[in-house]
Amino acid sequence: MVRFENVGLRYGLGPEVLRDLTFRIEPHSFQFLTGPSGAGKTSLLRLLFLSLRPTRGLITLFDHDVATLDKDSLAVLRRRIGIVFQDFRLLDHMTTYENVALPLRVLGREEETYRDEVEELLHWVGLGERMAALPPVLSGGEKQRAAIARAVIARPQLLLADEPTGNVDPNLAKRLLRLFIELNKSGTSVVIATHDIGLMDQYDARRLVLHEGRIHVYD
Amino acid sequence: MSMTDPGPAAGTSRLASLFALVRRRPRETPIVPRTSIAASALIAVVAIMTFLASLTTGAVVLVRGAASDWQSDVSREVTIQVRPMAGRDLEVDVVRAVEIARSAPGVTAVRAQDKAESARLLEPWLGSGLSLDSLPVPRLIVIQVTPGRPPDFAALRARLAAEVPSASLDDHRGFSRRLRAMADTVVGIGLAILALVMAATVLSVVFATRGAMATNRPTVEVLHFIGAKDAYVAGQFMRHFLFLGLQGGAIGGGAAVLMFLVLGLIGGRLFGLGGSDAAALFGGVSLGIGGYMILLLQVALVGAVTAFTSRRVVAATLKAVS
Ligand SMILES: Nc1ncnc2c1ncn2[C@@H]1O[C@H](COP(=O)(O)OP(=O)(O)O)[C@@H](O)[C@H]1O
Ligand SMILES: [Mg+2]
Repeated sequence: MVRFENVGLRYGLGPEVLRDLTFRIEPHSFQFLTGPSGAGKTSLLRLLFLSLRPTRGLITLFDHDVATLDKDSLAVLRRRIGIVFQDFRLLDHMTTYENVALPLRVLGREEETYRDEVEELLHWVGLGERMAALPPVLSGGEKQRAAIARAVIARPQLLLADEPTGNVDPNLAKRLLRLFIELNKSGTSVVIATHDIGLMDQYDARRLVLHEGRIHVYD
Repeated sequence: MSMTDPGPAAGTSRLASLFALVRRRPRETPIVPRTSIAASALIAVVAIMTFLASLTTGAVVLVRGAASDWQSDVSREVTIQVRPMAGRDLEVDVVRAVEIARSAPGVTAVRAQDKAESARLLEPWLGSGLSLDSLPVPRLIVIQVTPGRPPDFAALRARLAAEVPSASLDDHRGFSRRLRAMADTVVGIGLAILALVMAATVLSVVFATRGAMATNRPTVEVLHFIGAKDAYVAGQFMRHFLFLGLQGGAIGGGAAVLMFLVLGLIGGRLFGLGGSDAAALFGGVSLGIGGYMILLLQVALVGAVTAFTSRRVVAATLKAVS
């Protein structure tokens, strides 16, 4: 599904932030991406999400060499990936419902065809009562769940989440983790970037550990 | 999955996409937020520009209308002036000139003004109660001609010269030509002003679009992250600016229409003239249905220009970013 071969990344003329990354992400797999703050977790997610291009090496995504993709093909490929940003990136002028429905709207679907689907998902993540609320009035945990709902509404094949439990209490963190596990069981590959050891201890999964720019895989 | 992706396609599909934007799902919150200070400022600019453009267009329509009215009046009538000449009887000359005019083909009616009428024409300059017998006052003969097939003025002029040397024919051709030249000049100036106003509008929209893209950068990023193509993003901005353009255009155009309506109603009184004089000058200051249709079209044009300009700016900016 995803293949990295000797991938390196540097920002501008700076040092290589990521070096010689070679690994795979298999369909239906679940993995934590971990490492100390500044290790390059967010950078690696951005590579996976095609919002950064590697300075060297080869990235293959869904059997496409990402270096050869034009902008529109990139957009189409991104529809198969869901991403949860560390800072949520919800649109403040739209309701929670509209934020979550946005990926489907961009696909050109009519609202009648997806309203039930979106409402069901919002209930499932515990935002059933907050559908008409605008993001600025949501709590951190609610924003987190809205961002997750938006990432999964279009049933992506690959879900990337950047510190999804960074802003929530341990209880909610546990619930969110269960949500990701459910998604994985229904067929989505999941990559969760976190430095929360407590979270990783709750679920026995593959770990990709970043250390000094290199990756160490613990299956 | 069919994306909104009109691409560089032909004009018809662009127009279709414009209509699709207008009728599309009114309940949905626009992806580019509708209201902002920048949006209100652009609406104001577009309103002012449309108002100016409408005034110009209206003035052009009025002048063209008045000029063609005058022109047809003038081409329906020519005059023969008979001057008193030493050794000639004015009355006899007038009668002879009338006979000659009547016999020319294409002439529908001939009427000589009598002494009293001549006196009335001169009254404003010479005062009343004047005896014309003591003054050498020329006399006018008014000739109605068939507008489409006027008589052969050269032949008529030649006959008059031969038989009534004191008479001269004025077919108003010089006046007519100057009138047409003046009307053409006014239309030309009007078109130049329209071009300038449109250019200023386009420039305002270009800057407003850049501003809107900067303010909405987070939105654009999110759209890209969830898999929107550039054409979709550009379409959202186009939709936003189409509404701004139509709103500003409607306000400016509406104000201009209102102004022309009021002018038409109060008409000449505004000019301190008798109503009929003003009507003669300005064709009643009434645009007519055609004129108002043109103003309405202009509002639609302003909306379309605003929408397509912003779309082009967004497309170019997104292309440069990648
Ligand atoms: N946009 C950027 N420009 C320059 N350097 C960056 C940028 N983003 C991240 N970095 C650097 O890359 C390294 C890895 O950062 P990041 O991927 O955010 O790590 P993590 O998410 O694991 O905390 C850090 O040293 C950071 O300073
Ligand atoms: Mg990070």
